[in-house]
Amino acid sequence: MMRAKDKVASAGDESRRAFLRAGVAVGGGLLLDFSLPGVLNARANAPSSPSTLNAFVQIANDGAVTIISKNPEIGQGIKTMLPMLIAEELDVDWADVHIEQALSDPAKYGAQFAGGSRATPLNWEALRRVGAAGRQMLVSAAAQTWSVPAAECETASGKVVHVPTKRSLSYGRLASKAATLPAPDLAQVPLKDPKNFKIIGKPHPGIDSPRVLAGEPLFGIDVAVPGMLHAVFVKSPVFGGTAVKANLDVIKAQPGVRDAFIVVGGPVFNGLASGVAIVGTNWWQLDQARELLEVTWDEGATASQSTEGFASQAATLSSQAPAIKVVSDGDVVSALGSSVRTLQAAYSYPFISHATLEPQNCTAHFHDGKVEIWAPTQNPDPGRKIVAKTLGLNDADITIHMIRCGGGFGRRLMNDYMVEAAWISKQAGAPVKLLWNRQDDMQHDFYRPAGFHFFKAGLDAGGKLQAFSDHFVSFGENGKAAPSADMSANEFPAKFVPHLELGISLMPLGVPTGPLRAPGSNALAYVFQSFIDEIAHAAGQDPLQYRIDLLGERRQVGAFDTGRMIDVLALVREKSGWGKRTPPKGSGMGVAFYYSHLGYFAEVVHATVGAGGKITVDKVWVAAGVGSQIINPTGAENQVQGAALDGISEALGQTITLNKGRVAQSNFNDFLLLRMNQAPPVEVHFLKTEHPPTGLGEPALPPVIPALCNALFAATGVRIRSLPIDPKLFA
Amino acid sequence: MPLLWVLRDLLDMKGTKFGCGKSFCGACTVHLNGAATRSCVTPVSSVGSSSITTIEAIAGTPTGRAVRDAWLALDVMQCGYCQAGQVMSASALLAKNPKPSDTDIDKAMSGNICRCATYTRIRAAIKQAAGMPSADSRDTFV
Repeated sequence: MMRAKDKVASAGDESRRAFLRAGVAVGGGLLLDFSLPGVLNARANAPSSPSTLNAFVQIANDGAVTIISKNPEIGQGIKTMLPMLIAEELDVDWADVHIEQALSDPAKYGAQFAGGSRATPLNWEALRRVGAAGRQMLVSAAAQTWSVPAAECETASGKVVHVPTKRSLSYGRLASKAATLPAPDLAQVPLKDPKNFKIIGKPHPGIDSPRVLAGEPLFGIDVAVPGMLHAVFVKSPVFGGTAVKANLDVIKAQPGVRDAFIVVGGPVFNGLASGVAIVGTNWWQLDQARELLEVTWDEGATASQSTEGFASQAATLSSQAPAIKVVSDGDVVSALGSSVRTLQAAYSYPFISHATLEPQNCTAHFHDGKVEIWAPTQNPDPGRKIVAKTLGLNDADITIHMIRCGGGFGRRLMNDYMVEAAWISKQAGAPVKLLWNRQDDMQHDFYRPAGFHFFKAGLDAGGKLQAFSDHFVSFGENGKAAPSADMSANEFPAKFVPHLELGISLMPLGVPTGPLRAPGSNALAYVFQSFIDEIAHAAGQDPLQYRIDLLGERRQVGAFDTGRMIDVLALVREKSGWGKRTPPKGSGMGVAFYYSHLGYFAEVVHATVGAGGKITVDKVWVAAGVGSQIINPTGAENQVQGAALDGISEALGQTITLNKGRVAQSNFNDFLLLRMNQAPPVEVHFLKTEHPPTGLGEPALPPVIPALCNALFAATGVRIRSLPIDPKLFA
Repeated sequence: MPLLWVLRDLLDMKGTKFGCGKSFCGACTVHLNGAATRSCVTPVSSVGSSSITTIEAIAGTPTGRAVRDAWLALDVMQCGYCQAGQVMSASALLAKNPKPSDTDIDKAMSGNICRCATYTRIRAAIKQAAGMPSADSRDTFV
């Protein structure tokens, strides 16, 4: 395996780069409406500086290729993968490639975010076209040099070859001339036949991994800038609470403390929260000083909210009709009445935290009416807008360096730490690195919302599902669900059952919620695929075949292709030995499928319940349908294994409990993440199809949770209707 | 002051990471006289004349280099934030126990959380560094 080199971007390089706007589609596919504005190649480069072919590609005279990676790196491997797409079509050797992290600059690079497993579908074609355009300019430069038709030239390994005469010129020799040529129409540049790929489809290890293991300062928490002070920011334990007064004089007298002040804050989550900032020369000393901090908080209305209270409200609401009708097909009441067999079940799941291992942090330097920010963020541009609005600046006054994130999982789509750091820097009059401690991080998240589902189902004499309803009691106000607390009209088995109702009732919530890896899906897969398992067992049928039968004919149902799901179910049946194994007493196998983020996933879990209810997850099999090409196989397998284990981690241990508007958990002793001794082997199989490639950060997670719960049912006869799984159920 | 913050902020050695501050996660693992130690709860005053090795120098030992090389060859990391701690725990294990069983690996490594859950590859990389077959002996489903 070859490894490209890497170098750190500097802001000064940006102005030298030409402009390229790569249009990307919103929803389902790619727009080929790229434009290369006239500023491209407006001037020749000095011989000593690299030649700029477009916003993403520079080539030096010695042949070194610099490729800009535009999206934030959060562990999904994007800093390696996106340049692979460009390098492939540029036709250079990976060993000659340097990768630079882009600044946040949507005008130059288009959307720059890590979310929704979108990077693959949005960039698969767009960035290959960027590489191909660069290649075409180099070919034109060679053809002009030799006065031959471009059609007689080929490329390979960073060289243009004139085939009839076997002359060749390196890209390094051609780059400065190529940079003066008109840019080709991106929509028209030819792309390689995939069978000729040399980089795509081959394993390429993470570009920065050697530097991480050399201890280089790559993460947000490692940022240091001249004159920098450190900061802690203490917020109200009750969400939305505001600081009224504090013993600031005591705090200011502590070792290492330069200043302490109250931040009034604003009214919205993800804006500037109220709290007390402590600024000084040594973060650990500041974290000690905060132990002496006494704050009078105005806790506000959320202080009356609790997990227990939500559960009892949900139970009350479940006896009423849903406030919002999401789907109403056929006549569920009559169909239930005429069913030979009916089932009902109540399911619930808790709030959970993202718990990125690197706590939230950000470095900011406010000076002369501008702010420079170094942020481990998944979504820099909304952060820029919050900072601009809060500090009364223009977007253009804010420079954001996207720093490698020690995990994201959706937490860093929010930029609350960014506006805190900017505000504190302004008030402190110095560059400031804000770092939350673990308790801050766990108690000030945008949580995966809890939820309560009340299901009914009716079967006909043959066991066929003829009636299905879910009353989802969730959170929100004025008919609008809280972030990540909604349910769509496409939730399976909607459109697959003649009589079906999905409805939602909302409870007001004063706790911030937001996307956690596979938002919505990470909870809905659990309840729907568990209840469907109950239905299959009630029908006396094999749970895997029952699902295939429920999917029915191979067809397109909206965006969902039943045939692709049937195929991954068949694949996981074969690979896991489903129906052919006889698990020992206390062990069982469970299956589930889920479609999210354009990916088709079917998963089987083998699990064992031992003495005292001890759960062992023995093995996970994943069958994944993500299209025609796995771009970076090593990264792809790693993402799928990690996502599956992340789901098992959620199912086995994770819960956030609210009491009087505050979070009870504070660290990894009470918010339990999966550990080595609990992690089963995960076997991953990709089913190649002719569809465009789609993303892998998220879709492997949702089905593993119900597959595990269904395996535990198969092992013990106990149905898991609430998460995290309580071992006492098996005692 | 804990050793972690002396390393990070006084000596400007940023490779050792802060995760929890209470020895629950292992991101801050260093070697103290060769033993894996959570630097976030180790007062620097307790270190005395003990020898400290951090991720910055781990590849200078034969075991550490083998672990580092296996980690890179198997492309273990995702976000990478825990991996300095993982490599320190793994190299301490192999220095004492050159051919660990899967149970030995569980025991030595369960104090190190990987939030990305790269445990499959961590296990394989430890075995590769030990010159053992990297297959998971717990996986009997073949």
